[in-house]
Amino acid sequence: MSARASMFRSSAAHAILIAYTVLALYPVVLIVINSMKSRRAIFNDPLALPTRETFDLVGFHTVLEQGNFLLYFQNSMIVTVASLFFALLFGAMAAFALAEYRFRGNLLMGLYLALGIMIPIRLGTVAILELMVAANLVNTHWALILVYTANGLPLAVFILSEFMRQVSDDLKNAARIDGLSEYRIFFTIALPLVRPAMATVAVFTMIPIWNDLWFPLILAPGEATKTLTLGSQIFLGQYVTNWNAVLAALTLAILPVVVLYLIFSRQLIRGITKGAVK
Amino acid sequence: MGNLTLEKVCKSFGTVDVIRDVDLSVNDGEFCVFVGPSGCGKSTLLRMIAGLEDITSGNVCIDGAVVNTVPPSKREIAMVFQSYALYPHLNVRDNMGLGLKQAGHPRAQITQTVDRAARMLDLDAYLNRRPAELSGGQRQRVAIGRAIVRKPKLFLFDEPLSNLDAALRVQTRIEIANLHRELGATMIYVTHDQVEAMTLADRIVVLRDGRIEQVGAPMELYNNPANEFVAGFIGSPKMNFLNAPALGVAGKTVGIRPEHLILSRDAGMIEGRISHVEQLGGETLIYLRADPHGLITVRLFGEHAAEVDDRAFVTPDMARAFHFGADGQRLSA
Repeated sequence: MSARASMFRSSAAHAILIAYTVLALYPVVLIVINSMKSRRAIFNDPLALPTRETFDLVGFHTVLEQGNFLLYFQNSMIVTVASLFFALLFGAMAAFALAEYRFRGNLLMGLYLALGIMIPIRLGTVAILELMVAANLVNTHWALILVYTANGLPLAVFILSEFMRQVSDDLKNAARIDGLSEYRIFFTIALPLVRPAMATVAVFTMIPIWNDLWFPLILAPGEATKTLTLGSQIFLGQYVTNWNAVLAALTLAILPVVVLYLIFSRQLIRGITKGAVK
Repeated sequence: MGNLTLEKVCKSFGTVDVIRDVDLSVNDGEFCVFVGPSGCGKSTLLRMIAGLEDITSGNVCIDGAVVNTVPPSKREIAMVFQSYALYPHLNVRDNMGLGLKQAGHPRAQITQTVDRAARMLDLDAYLNRRPAELSGGQRQRVAIGRAIVRKPKLFLFDEPLSNLDAALRVQTRIEIANLHRELGATMIYVTHDQVEAMTLADRIVVLRDGRIEQVGAPMELYNNPANEFVAGFIGSPKMNFLNAPALGVAGKTVGIRPEHLILSRDAGMIEGRISHVEQLGGETLIYLRADPHGLITVRLFGEHAAEVDDRAFVTPDMARAFHFGADGQRLSA
């Protein structure tokens, strides 16, 4: 391939990537810039950046003063982090067992655990609600954490078992000869080696949980357990919507996701498997 | 002490028998090599001795005690893997010391033992490095060091040289032989490379399809193979198998090693055409196509001129030939 052709190809690739980036960031940027404008300015010129005249943090004031915004924030954080933790932990453990141990029905078990990817959990909402009522878990964080963990597990098991299979058998066997327990092998050998895959699963699992409105509305609508997404709904009225407050709430809601994403994406890039085998 | 005894050991995965009725005893201090083509079950057998693979039936005994259900870490064995299998998150010192730490040895003693092993393997300078910062040869020495510090009854090597380049392989082979001399420990070594087997072993176990074909000292196998398979597997270049009826001899095939053939331009027992010549300096290999025998390899020492497509004759030194029957077994001469 000539240098010119390769230059053309690389600039075409960049053009496509830049176009996609713009497309993906556009709504986010729109939310962020409008959250810092007065109500009139939002409607007059939604695409303009905030100027000295139109700059107004009234939305943020409303959000922080009205309602228990900090509490909602905390609820969202607790539910997301806990669900993520359990989905990744149990998903990785199941994946390790499926990849590592030969037992009757291994393949069927793997398929069964991954089946959930194809079945929307919302279909079971009524049953889940009955279950939560019976277990006395309505209006608790646990109601949401359990549902989200269950919802996140199939994908986690599916993706991680593929990666667990790639962890060198020799390495695990060497650890067995050195006298490490299966749990230590899982935590100190296998987990660090599948960290990039864990980060991928974490990102895929985290965002729908953070954004979910359905289950918080049904299972935990109480004031003490409201999540951020549910809490923001108070600003959306049937006739009047406080756009300043909605946009400010959304802007604040983006931040933790970005932070978590940055943490995981560092893991995505880092690979410490080099030198372990071969 | 480090005696190993296998009694009627079998292994099957589902309906597939991988190891069938293996009986073997390895004496204390012996260097025993399992050799065979890929898929013959030699690595599985080694894993069964290590306790990493369950035994379907039979007994594995170390120093007289049946260890069938003893976990690997309690069998007082150490294993060196083909892929080195070093812990990527630990430095060389911790990699070597982890087994001792798990066994609850005092820290000072671990440091001392690791230091001694590192000196033995020229690894002193690298103790604080991670495996990723080492070359292939160094990594394999760390893996060997990790085995040494455990002071095991049995050393198990699973194709430890396969990932090294040719020059390093020869060097590490010599190091392993020296190590065996120094430690005097029992070693079991798996390889598919018959040169490694010949150069390292006190005793070679030739395996095929999960069965032992023959056990013996390297020269015993070379000079007195029990069957056609062992004869073809031991020795390089491979033994020639000639059509016995065409030579007017009893049996189905006549095995003759490439070094036991006499090549002549003018006359001989078998006539053929030279199809390829390999000049190696110290020796010359001449490949001769002769029907109905197929390709015959002749090994000549020193340099010899030969042209492809020339006519030539070979005469086997029948005193050194082996006769095999239709079932591949050796016929008594």
